[in-house]
Amino acid sequence: MLNSFMSYLGSTVTPGEAGNQFWALIYVLIIFTGVSVAVICMNWLERKALAHFQVRLGPMRVGPHGLLQPIADALKLMLKEDIIPAEADQFVFWIAPLIGLLAAFTVYTVIPFGPSQAVSDMNIGILFMLGVSSLGVLGIVVAGWASNSHYPLIGALRSSAQMVSYEVAMGLAVVSAILMTSMNASGTGTLSMIGIVQAQQQQGVWFIFKFFPLGFIAFAIFAIAMVAETNRAPFDLAEAESELTAGFHTEYSGLRWSLFMLAEYAAMIAVSSIAVTLWLGGWMRPFPNLLHAPAWDFIFSLFPGITFGGLAAIAFIGTARMPSHSFFKIQRIGLAVFAALLGFLALLLLVIAVAGRSADASLAARFREGIDYVYWFVLKVAVFMYLFIWYRATWPRYRFDQLMKIGWKVMLPISIGVLMLTAIWALVEPPLWEWMRAHI
Amino acid sequence: MIPVATPWFFYVLAGLAVASGLAVITRRNAVHSALALIVTLLSVAGLYLMLYAPFVAGVQIIVYAGGIMVLFLFVIMLVNIDRAAKERQFNRMWPVGLVAAGTLFALFLSAFLKGKGLFPDRMMRLAEASNTQEIANMLYGEAGRMGQYTFAFEIASLLLLVAILGAVIMTKKKI
Amino acid sequence: MNVNDDTARSHLDRSNLDRSNLDLETPEKPYLDANELIINMGPQHPATHGVLRVILKLDGEKVLGTECVIGYLHRGVEKIAENRTYTMFNPYVDRMDYVAAVSNGLGYCEAVEKLMNVEAPARAKYIRVILTELNRVASHQLWLGTHALDIGAMTPLFYTFRDREEILKIFERYCGARLTTHAFRIGGCQYETYAGFEKDVKNFLTFVAPKIDEYEELLTTNRIWLERTKHVGVISGADCVALGVTGPVLRASGVQWDLRKAQPYAAYSDFDFEIPIGENGDTYDRYLVRMQEMRQSLRIVEQAVNAIPEGPIMAKVPKVIKPPVGEIYHSIEAPKGELGYFIVSDGSTQPYRLRVRPPSFVNLQALDIMVRGALVADVIAVIGTLDIVLGEVDR
Repeated sequence: MLNSFMSYLGSTVTPGEAGNQFWALIYVLIIFTGVSVAVICMNWLERKALAHFQVRLGPMRVGPHGLLQPIADALKLMLKEDIIPAEADQFVFWIAPLIGLLAAFTVYTVIPFGPSQAVSDMNIGILFMLGVSSLGVLGIVVAGWASNSHYPLIGALRSSAQMVSYEVAMGLAVVSAILMTSMNASGTGTLSMIGIVQAQQQQGVWFIFKFFPLGFIAFAIFAIAMVAETNRAPFDLAEAESELTAGFHTEYSGLRWSLFMLAEYAAMIAVSSIAVTLWLGGWMRPFPNLLHAPAWDFIFSLFPGITFGGLAAIAFIGTARMPSHSFFKIQRIGLAVFAALLGFLALLLLVIAVAGRSADASLAARFREGIDYVYWFVLKVAVFMYLFIWYRATWPRYRFDQLMKIGWKVMLPISIGVLMLTAIWALVEPPLWEWMRAHI
Repeated sequence: MIPVATPWFFYVLAGLAVASGLAVITRRNAVHSALALIVTLLSVAGLYLMLYAPFVAGVQIIVYAGGIMVLFLFVIMLVNIDRAAKERQFNRMWPVGLVAAGTLFALFLSAFLKGKGLFPDRMMRLAEASNTQEIANMLYGEAGRMGQYTFAFEIASLLLLVAILGAVIMTKKKI
Repeated sequence: MNVNDDTARSHLDRSNLDRSNLDLETPEKPYLDANELIINMGPQHPATHGVLRVILKLDGEKVLGTECVIGYLHRGVEKIAENRTYTMFNPYVDRMDYVAAVSNGLGYCEAVEKLMNVEAPARAKYIRVILTELNRVASHQLWLGTHALDIGAMTPLFYTFRDREEILKIFERYCGARLTTHAFRIGGCQYETYAGFEKDVKNFLTFVAPKIDEYEELLTTNRIWLERTKHVGVISGADCVALGVTGPVLRASGVQWDLRKAQPYAAYSDFDFEIPIGENGDTYDRYLVRMQEMRQSLRIVEQAVNAIPEGPIMAKVPKVIKPPVGEIYHSIEAPKGELGYFIVSDGSTQPYRLRVRPPSFVNLQALDIMVRGALVADVIAVIGTLDIVLGEVDR
């Protein structure tokens, strides 16, 4: 086992390609923990951000500024009574959240956090992603049926109809991004996720800016479709409390319901990662070609440390602003400790950035590179997460028939049009450049 | 993709496919049958992967397990299935069915035994990276040896379009 | 009955609703396979603005007919009135439309004053107008927040409630109560305006005008809001008049009728304001009408607060109020519509019969016409746009 541990270090491929099961397992565990922590943070961020949008404060009591609220929520949900409806189908009722959860988490095996930081770089990575997210629909359908009550059933059928409709537009938008990967020297594209980011690297442009505005429209279609895929506002009719049908997870309580929410947030992060990989250059830092000097590389590699330093500064300011009443003593201490942890992390990241500033293959340099890749990827995904929350706070929700009308009558034609135009332009562009270069 | 524990995976996937196939026809509850069918389709996708055809496996999951089975489940859930669950599971013609299945099995067995010499290279050595390209060439390539299915593919898609239009026209209340 | 017939219904035809199948207590086939489905939006529902039970007869997703079951909040207010003196009954009136309590008080006090042939002094009338119009703004703000929440926009609720707080603070400083204010008395007002009343009101006016623009910015041009509210819950002006629907619902359908202009009461004839009129009678027009009404109310308050006359605040009214024998019907323009009081007096200190004509009760009849042919999700939008308060509907 030590051999399998050591033989992978220094490798430049993913564990899946290297055939190293041990490291694949380690990556899987890291991703699983990471996603769970991300879901917890997302839960807190959603409550706080929504509250601030709505001129209120959000959770403030459980932990300083509500930082321990997700833990309290998780504890509460785990300790709740597990109610199963009387006539419900026991096996199917039990398995439904698991299907959704499995589908949401399996997508992460192909998501590349860096050129070799993925569990496995399948040759059909993007196809695998599309397939597994369509399996998530099954979890919802089965959950609604298993509740043996026709309100959850209607809600589940609506939810799944919505997801299936927007999958079509999503797939077509993905195809136009894949088309752009074939604009390299050899003329062959790739379906592998790492290959897509590397194609963006080679072509020197993020696909969102390629063939402007085609790449941007494809990205916009995907961005809207992914909100509908994950049943989030403004497409969250199936989960809305004020509508007549109560949603597929009505009869689920306690831990089972939290599995659904976990699957929903994990799916949100997964589709955002897909959008980032396909259009926003994945793990690449901004302006990789425009600002190419080693000095710029160094400046951009300081960003992780600066970000955490900024967060630590905000936490310190929060500590200073807390009332100095004895009621708040524990919260002040807690927040100060949290700020100190963030500051320590910031310092660590800065040290790594400085120590690994050379571009060689030393351990520090590779470590810094790995951290930079993961940082830029996670930053872009975090922007999408914030957008999800912003949408939920601002917009009313669509009626179901309007939702389906948009999915089929607006998004599908636009995505087909973008696909055709991208294909035409991809064919026409190289000869056009050559002609222009020859004659101008 | 380096093959890992090939015989073991084959037996597991094939066994799962057979077992869930049996579950499809023996379950009393229609939704259980549909879920078992999904398991069958997923194991078949795994078998495709073992045959170095990852594109086919991916498409199998997207189209079959993720699309067609979802629609099956829609129909099952929207139709009143209480009555169906109380009917007999196997009708009285089961000896005939058994004879037919036995004949089919004998046919397969004889084809397998007699045709051992037909495929000397039983172990395929196609690189998996080319599966997508090969299929693309076959479906979209120029006419000739490659691209032999282009016309058929386009006609099939036209046929599907007609089917979609027919379904919409038949079910709309007013046009 | 052809439910797909979208032509305008120019007359009210209640025979369209097939009552034979609406066996409310024991529906025989509450399942999905049959075309018709009877669904109960029970008394407890986040979106029915109170304890309202609506029974919907659906064809798939389309609404074929509705039946409202009310009475869950019936407290027998009119019967209670027969056993209370006129003065004692004054606080009860606030509890009917508890959102716009000041208007209820105004209508009642004016009705009794009319019965007794007394007129409140000018200063009292101006104070009444100021408080009533502030109450109108508060009521519309609450309506906007809850209506937007029903349609899915969560944020305007918090904004409107935060701004409504300022009005409630003024009420609290004036008469001690925020919601059920009991602000007026028969013959005028009991309390003088407190020191700083005019300043508070003027500050409020400058505070809230940009806030109303903020609400509009969030919703008026939002595509999702437009899709959810345009052409939803359409009712024609003729149908409104036939049903007796009043208030912003009537005005959004194009009928120019506002009691403050048509039958002015309580100093409204001294002020210069407009009545917003809509065109299409859909939910979007009702939204616009109410937003404009808020602005016009602020205009009235601004004129009033700058010109409060000096003088007494209470007319010469005997301590024990004994109106002469007779009957009177007096109505005012409450935020929700025409709020009327019909009082029959037999000469004693207690009314012989007091009948309240609540705007929400009459407006609720329009629900049936508005949602026929619409989808289930629209029912909730329409209930919200009718702006009903169950305290008023049930009394």
